[in-house]
Amino acid sequence: MLKPNLAVDIGGIVMQNPVTTASGTFGFGREYSEYVSINELGALVVKGTTLYPRQGNAVPRIAETPAGVLNSIGLQNPGVDYLIEHYVPFFKSLQVPVIVNISGETVEEYAAVAEKLDKAGGVAGIEVNISCPNVKKGGMAFGSDPAMAAEVTKAVKSSTTIPVIIKLSPNVTDITKVAEAVAAAGADALSLINTLLGMAIDITTRRPVLGNVMGGLSGPAVKPVALRAVWQVYKAVELPIIGMGGISTAEDALEFILAGAAAVAVGTANFVNPRATIEVKQGIERYLIENGIKNINDLIGAAHGN
Amino acid sequence: MLLNGKLITHKNIAGDYYLMEFKSHELAEAAGPGQFVHVKCGSTNDPLLRRPISIHKADKDKGIIALLYRVAGKGTRLLSLMEPGDLLDVMGPLGNGFQLPKPSEKVAVVAGGIGVAPLFFLVQLLVNAGNDVQMYIGARTSQDLLAVKDIKKLGVDVKLATDDGSAGYHGLVTDLLPEKLQKVDRIYTCGPFPMMKSVAYLANKYNVPAQVSLEEKMGCGVGACLACSCKIKINGESVYKRVCTEGPVFNAGEVDWEC
Repeated sequence: MLKPNLAVDIGGIVMQNPVTTASGTFGFGREYSEYVSINELGALVVKGTTLYPRQGNAVPRIAETPAGVLNSIGLQNPGVDYLIEHYVPFFKSLQVPVIVNISGETVEEYAAVAEKLDKAGGVAGIEVNISCPNVKKGGMAFGSDPAMAAEVTKAVKSSTTIPVIIKLSPNVTDITKVAEAVAAAGADALSLINTLLGMAIDITTRRPVLGNVMGGLSGPAVKPVALRAVWQVYKAVELPIIGMGGISTAEDALEFILAGAAAVAVGTANFVNPRATIEVKQGIERYLIENGIKNINDLIGAAHGN
Repeated sequence: MLLNGKLITHKNIAGDYYLMEFKSHELAEAAGPGQFVHVKCGSTNDPLLRRPISIHKADKDKGIIALLYRVAGKGTRLLSLMEPGDLLDVMGPLGNGFQLPKPSEKVAVVAGGIGVAPLFFLVQLLVNAGNDVQMYIGARTSQDLLAVKDIKKLGVDVKLATDDGSAGYHGLVTDLLPEKLQKVDRIYTCGPFPMMKSVAYLANKYNVPAQVSLEEKMGCGVGACLACSCKIKINGESVYKRVCTEGPVFNAGEVDWEC
């Protein structure tokens, strides 16, 4: 059988295959270049970037839970100007689209970062993080209120012509309400989900494990929650979805695609298996061949029937 | 690199301490002292993350890597159950290791507890390079004094200290240092944070350059996730650096010991 078509379109970002990286788990790409040929991925999503440099939260910033990881990095990053000077030239050397994840404490900061990236070039997509649970200002506060989420979306959209992906939080009562609001505000695509707010306590010290007390839960433990969110949002809005949350294998990724994700991001699994992205891609291709499916797009949302 | 190394030997050497040897020519060839490997313990999702373990020995001729580790939780407990013939899933060598001194330099090496693990690799290279090495090893009890025989076999003079007085000096290993440190050109240390802090204080007092190997809870091991941060002073300002990539070895004078 001929090689199946793996290419997907995420709001104008053409990916040669549906596999990308979850922001914050893959650095700026180069960190994994010894293990993964980035040009084999569908796209590269890099670490969250803010207008000004951020130091991040106190250590410990990571704690293990059964089949999961809690993190409270706190958006440590060198700021957008540094990213443009030091990483964008590398992004431009890649053959795959690079999506920069952005965050801000105010609506204006999101817009300013988007504008700078727009001018810099070399960025194929902007993923707007309105769902970080680890920062005091901004982050999840924007993502848990549909009106605020729409406002951020509008501000970013009016600052750039680059496709805009809004990354949603699962820490809400009804994720479809936020999805509908940002869709109406002009978002080109959606990423879901960000991490789930959680914590761990050390019974020896009788104190919270994380320096920042609470953190975001990721890894296989969150997969059912993420899959449910993708399922609900696929039914609620027309936008392409990048599904993520606990994807470690091609089987996990295929569940997300069947639930309605047009692309999938591998996150925490990179820490466990640095070649997870490539193995997921290969597994999806094998599945298509074995099942006689010529085009990955035929599988997107197929579990909904009709 | 990412590879499966076949376990050759694996034994419980004392208390919770284990010594493991596995085969990998590439890793043994590439490894430097102070570097670590990121090891998958067990084949399920619990525990999920790899464990960073320092390289204890690297025999380039035989293509063998040795790890000396302490069972400290779920991951290392699972690791301790592996048997010769099993395949160990490892990433490495990772991190910035120790910078070697000039062969003419006199060196003091200070280990605390399991901190001796990466220092053996260093001491072996120092001895081969012809450095004059004085070794200090401290631990809670005589049972926690590790690799002493191996280091003595290299012809290195070893001074011991235990918290309970069951071997060597009764007290902190750092109590043994002051008069000696004035006569050395360089210090290397790995052990509990308070011990390394004391060594750094003395190194600064006697104006001797010192390198320390830090530890922090780690995620990816390659500098991507920013979990294993430590505070390093740059131009008087304290900033976060990654233990896994900028470290684990730092100059003692750069570390923010008050963090």
